[in-house]
Amino acid sequence: MYEFDWSSIPGALPYLAHGAIITLEITFTAIVVGIIWGTLLAVARLSSITILARLAALYVNLFRSIPLVMVILWFFLIVPQAIQSLFGGAIQDIRLPSALVAYSLFQAAYYSEIIRAGIQSVPKGQASAAYALGMSYGQVMRLVVLPQAFRNMVPLLLTQSIILFQDTALVYVIGLGDFFGTAQRVGERDGRIVELLLFAGAVYFVICSASSYVVKRLQERAA
Amino acid sequence: MHYHWNWSIFFSRVPSGETTYLTWLLVGLQWTVALSLVSWITALVIGTVLGVFRTTPNRWLRGFATGYVAIFRNIPLLVQLFIWYFVIPELVPQRLGDWFKQTNPLAQEFIASWLCLGLFTAARVTEQVRAGINSLGPGQKGAGLAMGLSLPQTYRYVLLPMAFRIILPPLTSEFLNTIKNSAVATTVGLVELSRQAQQLVDYTAQPYEAFIAVTALYLVLNGLVMFFMHVLERRTRVPGYMVSR
Repeated sequence: MYEFDWSSIPGALPYLAHGAIITLEITFTAIVVGIIWGTLLAVARLSSITILARLAALYVNLFRSIPLVMVILWFFLIVPQAIQSLFGGAIQDIRLPSALVAYSLFQAAYYSEIIRAGIQSVPKGQASAAYALGMSYGQVMRLVVLPQAFRNMVPLLLTQSIILFQDTALVYVIGLGDFFGTAQRVGERDGRIVELLLFAGAVYFVICSASSYVVKRLQERAA
Repeated sequence: MHYHWNWSIFFSRVPSGETTYLTWLLVGLQWTVALSLVSWITALVIGTVLGVFRTTPNRWLRGFATGYVAIFRNIPLLVQLFIWYFVIPELVPQRLGDWFKQTNPLAQEFIASWLCLGLFTAARVTEQVRAGINSLGPGQKGAGLAMGLSLPQTYRYVLLPMAFRIILPPLTSEFLNTIKNSAVATTVGLVELSRQAQQLVDYTAQPYEAFIAVTALYLVLNGLVMFFMHVLERRTRVPGYMVSR
């Protein structure tokens, strides 16, 4: 029978906390940038300018059809080299910046689909009424359609953000020490990989269950 | 930009000389497809059973299925994979654990990835099946029982056939997710597509070609699945039941 030894966790807590900060940094950057960029993509996709709509659709479909692991590797291995060979300059430690860019651009594609559905759920009459009042396209979107759309899609955006939070563990593939990566390293160092992995799993489980519960309550209150 | 494009790299030989880099890509594709397929089948079987559990009158079965979904949905896929690969072999009876550790590495990677991806996806399928059954309303179940069918028969002949035809579109996206998620197996060393992309970057000086080729292969896989599922959707559509787009 395996004998558990949890003694290496208390001493490792400062490292784990540092990793957790990186996890949160990626999560929140991707949420903020992803929602802004995703909104622009959704509006572009619904616009009457065909080229704009096509480009936005291409972007969204492309990012949604390739694995996140590939996107992270693209922005770590390929894009920086391309930029460097174009503009010169030395490459430093780009793991964190490349992860921030990769997650933001990737999440934007997923957010944009939610936002698009949200915009389409606002009755057409709302936009027509706003136009009739003499508002411009920008005003109609900003003052009438988007505020109502966002209200409808808050639960979905939050659920997607919980998925994003879980997916941040994948920065493991570029060796960035987020919460999970740190737990894994401490486990290897101390020969206690079993305990550290179970601990990491439990932490994610508690955070995600609690957040899902809150989202569910929010949904019930809105309904 | 001083990059020398060289697409013929795929036809040059790998350092050990036996095959070409193209074969590496195809081997990667083969493992991605194999892992996705067996995981998907596993997920469908377990997800269907648990989805039925979630809608049965029996409180214990419902509780079990709810607990399963909560656990497998709230732990990141990568963490689950590492638990299957590093933790479970230590915790199972010693003989089973030893067998796992002594079998060849490729089998270890594949079995762990398969269990991980299959059981992870099963939780998502469970939710879809439950939603499908619930969308039928109580009348169908009542009618089945009133005809004298037992509860298992009602599920087998009335509820599930309808539910599956309704949830085919979300199941399609779950299958696509399974293919994408299979890339996570690269972290335990399985030589699937995304690992081969990294290998090609390490071995050749042609990172762009490698990444473009692998990305294109993922896109093709996606397109193929979407095409076949679309055909299946049209074939199995319930006449007059729903307006599909």
